[in-house]
Amino acid sequence: MYKIGLIVNPIAGMGGRVGLKGTDGREILQKAKSLGAISLSPKRTSAALEPLSVIQGKLKLMTCPGDMGENEMISCGFVSDIINGIKSKETTFADTQKAARIIRDRGVDLLLFAGGDGTARDIYIAIGTTLPVIGIPTGVKIHSAVFASSPSKAGELSLLYLQKKIHQLREAEVMDIDEQAFRNGIIKARLFGYLKIPYERRHIQGGKLGSSPSEEIIHKAIAEDIVESMDNDFFYIIGPGTTTRAIMQRLGLGYTLLGVDVVYKKEVIGLDLGESELLKLINRGKAKLIITPIGGQGYIFGRGNQPLSPQVIRKVKRDNIIIIATYNKIVSLKGAPLLVDTGDLSLDRELNGYMQIVTNYHERTAYRVKF
Amino acid sequence: MGMNMKTKLRNYHAVCWDEPIIYELDRNGERAIIVPEVDKKIIESVGDGISSIPKSMRRKNLPQLPALSQPQVLRHYLHLSQENLGVDLNIDIGQGTCTMKYSPKINEQFANSEKITEMHPYQDESTSQGLLEIMYKTEQLFKEISGLDRFSLHPGGGAHGIYTISSIIQAYHKSRGEEGKRNEIITTIFSHPADAAAPRVKGYKIIIIYPDENGCPDIEALKKVVSEHTAALLITNPEDTGIYNSKIAEFTKIVHNFGGLCGYDQANANGLLGITRAKEANFDLSFFNLHKTFSSPHGCGGPGSGIVGVTNKLAKFLPVPVVSYDKGNNKYFLDYNSSDSIGKVKDFYGVIPVILKAYAWTMSLGAEGLREVSNVAVLNNNYTMKKILELRGVSMAFPEHKHRIEQVRYSWEKLAKETGINTENIQRRIFDFGTHYWTSHEPWLIPDPFTIEPSESYSKDDIDEFIAILGQIVKEAYEDPKKLKNAPYKSSVHHIDHDVFDDPSKWAITWRAYKKKYNGYFQPK
Repeated sequence: MYKIGLIVNPIAGMGGRVGLKGTDGREILQKAKSLGAISLSPKRTSAALEPLSVIQGKLKLMTCPGDMGENEMISCGFVSDIINGIKSKETTFADTQKAARIIRDRGVDLLLFAGGDGTARDIYIAIGTTLPVIGIPTGVKIHSAVFASSPSKAGELSLLYLQKKIHQLREAEVMDIDEQAFRNGIIKARLFGYLKIPYERRHIQGGKLGSSPSEEIIHKAIAEDIVESMDNDFFYIIGPGTTTRAIMQRLGLGYTLLGVDVVYKKEVIGLDLGESELLKLINRGKAKLIITPIGGQGYIFGRGNQPLSPQVIRKVKRDNIIIIATYNKIVSLKGAPLLVDTGDLSLDRELNGYMQIVTNYHERTAYRVKF
Repeated sequence: MGMNMKTKLRNYHAVCWDEPIIYELDRNGERAIIVPEVDKKIIESVGDGISSIPKSMRRKNLPQLPALSQPQVLRHYLHLSQENLGVDLNIDIGQGTCTMKYSPKINEQFANSEKITEMHPYQDESTSQGLLEIMYKTEQLFKEISGLDRFSLHPGGGAHGIYTISSIIQAYHKSRGEEGKRNEIITTIFSHPADAAAPRVKGYKIIIIYPDENGCPDIEALKKVVSEHTAALLITNPEDTGIYNSKIAEFTKIVHNFGGLCGYDQANANGLLGITRAKEANFDLSFFNLHKTFSSPHGCGGPGSGIVGVTNKLAKFLPVPVVSYDKGNNKYFLDYNSSDSIGKVKDFYGVIPVILKAYAWTMSLGAEGLREVSNVAVLNNNYTMKKILELRGVSMAFPEHKHRIEQVRYSWEKLAKETGINTENIQRRIFDFGTHYWTSHEPWLIPDPFTIEPSESYSKDDIDEFIAILGQIVKEAYEDPKKLKNAPYKSSVHHIDHDVFDDPSKWAITWRAYKKKYNGYFQPK
């Protein structure tokens, strides 16, 4: 039997149709409803479940009552166990988090969740990387890499994973933006963490690589390149992300996945440092800065790495910035340039132009940077 | 092919023999051929042949080869061949970047003649003058085709040609005392992947340039990355998009100004014969795939040959021997006279059957014929492009380039958005009509790509039939996408699980590994 859990955020996507850019917060939800918003999640979740009908007899399903999954299961003709302790109407993020924990603890092969970035955040908070998940995109904000590119792709990917036609898992970014800022026209996405998703080259977000090696192998190759060229005279400021993490793993050092760490003579001298701590270190000697762009967006500064302030970047100097990325990430930009938004326009101008990205062992890609 | 009948689609079905691996067909005790015992007198005279091998090197056990009778062996390989969709079986224009054109069978007869197959590379030059003359004259033809000054016929394929070019580049900079300093090779993302991969084997760092908004390699990016560390630029032109980089002479000038060399990847020169040459764009080195442009089956269909040409200043670094001509004695000879040679890149002197076929093909066409080959290839391609772009849901990369050389990289992005059918669904469905297409080199910068190259070999009817197949599949995508998702229905193999390519624990390159990892017919242990 294949065991699947399903959690639906029934209000995800409601704000989008009425121009509210998200539905985080009870007030906004009420406003959306008063403007005539209807939930898109049921229909889109059903589209994701449809590809699984070919293994219906072998499926053991577990979901939440009412709007959070049960209704979609019924509409698709699936029979499922309904977990206890979750409301069936007027649910909140706390219900999502609770349901994720219950489903994880009861044991499933895969958790499907329908929603947007906010829902992905809740799933991340609840279960982290303890269970493979696939996001069904139904929300307004879809910046996280944990979502399939369409609901039906989410279903197809689930099917492949359950049937063991794909085996690999990868950690994909959970991003969320500040909805208040978003409503004011400012997009500021932040990296919250990672969820573990099935990895199939042909279903990844924003593009694909064909028969190239897995991301993990490329991460290792990039890390090897960086470590090989490390200079003991420099502090190495390591930005957040799984690509940069591979460097710390290669060196056998501890690290923070979402924070900024510093290495000197191949030893850690600071983890999760803030701007002032970084500036103190840089004032003691020369530094290089290793960063990776955010997948699908291309920001190298100004998103998810706030300690790397304009002062820190200026002190390091442009020539000492090392950008690393797999081709997955570059392809996911669909030809768009890397972006900088440091908060200092003159610095953004200085960073504008071409920079080299380390894309493999002894391989660089010349790529445009814009502000 | 001869089907068309105004693009009537075939009721095709591939052969499926469900053929086991030959080791699994082992029938203990059966034999194809019983080799007679060696006559005692011979053993007495020259020994048994085994005792001269040191004991430590002799096998202790017999090799574990499958035992089969001759008809079983014959059946096995015929079954496998029938499950192939080879160049002589289908309209092969979907193999963009290296479509196998028609290879005249008379050239195969030349290559299979005893006059060639019974020759030995160690026989005396005086007894191989005819072949040496062909090799010498092949070089003269390619000097004319490329404008370069000397060629090595040694490399056994395209990537091998680029490897040889990389070795020559390294030897050149070493001769100038710059080997350590010049450690970077610049290439482009739409050049053939071997332009990055082969020099990497030589220890070079690779710098890749992306296209600009117009689809040509970004010349501004080149200006930013070229430096005193640049060993060379290795570039394909036209790139895999089929777009000809008209600024190519500027590219070579920029690199030369920094002391780097320029190598031209002409693996696919199908649209350029008699029209442009490496020399006029100031390239220092180039290579041609004889097995592609110059008509010879390749890939699993036959051996390759990636001959390398250079300008005079680099000729001394070519592999030895080259074939030279002694006019005074009217004699061709293997010329080892080069103290700066990079040495051997392959055993002996080149892939003789392929060289012979390329020579015969080129001589049968002559200069005007070669030019016509390119003209027809370009015409065919632009006709194909116009017809394909009329299909619903299809587009091409960088559409502002309305004219393409020998191939086009198309995209099903729109169709995928509208129907959920992607290029791989189509790639599988097209097998049901008795043909195939290739998607793209990686990475896939163009969403849901496919690459079509009709070459000069295929008629308008062939092209129309191929496009009609695509048209049928597009119709199905919009009307019955589920049908496409489960395709193919009539192919020898349904669906290959690509995921295992990333998983070394599932690789079974040898029979021993297969036995270790699988139970029976690819059932994982």
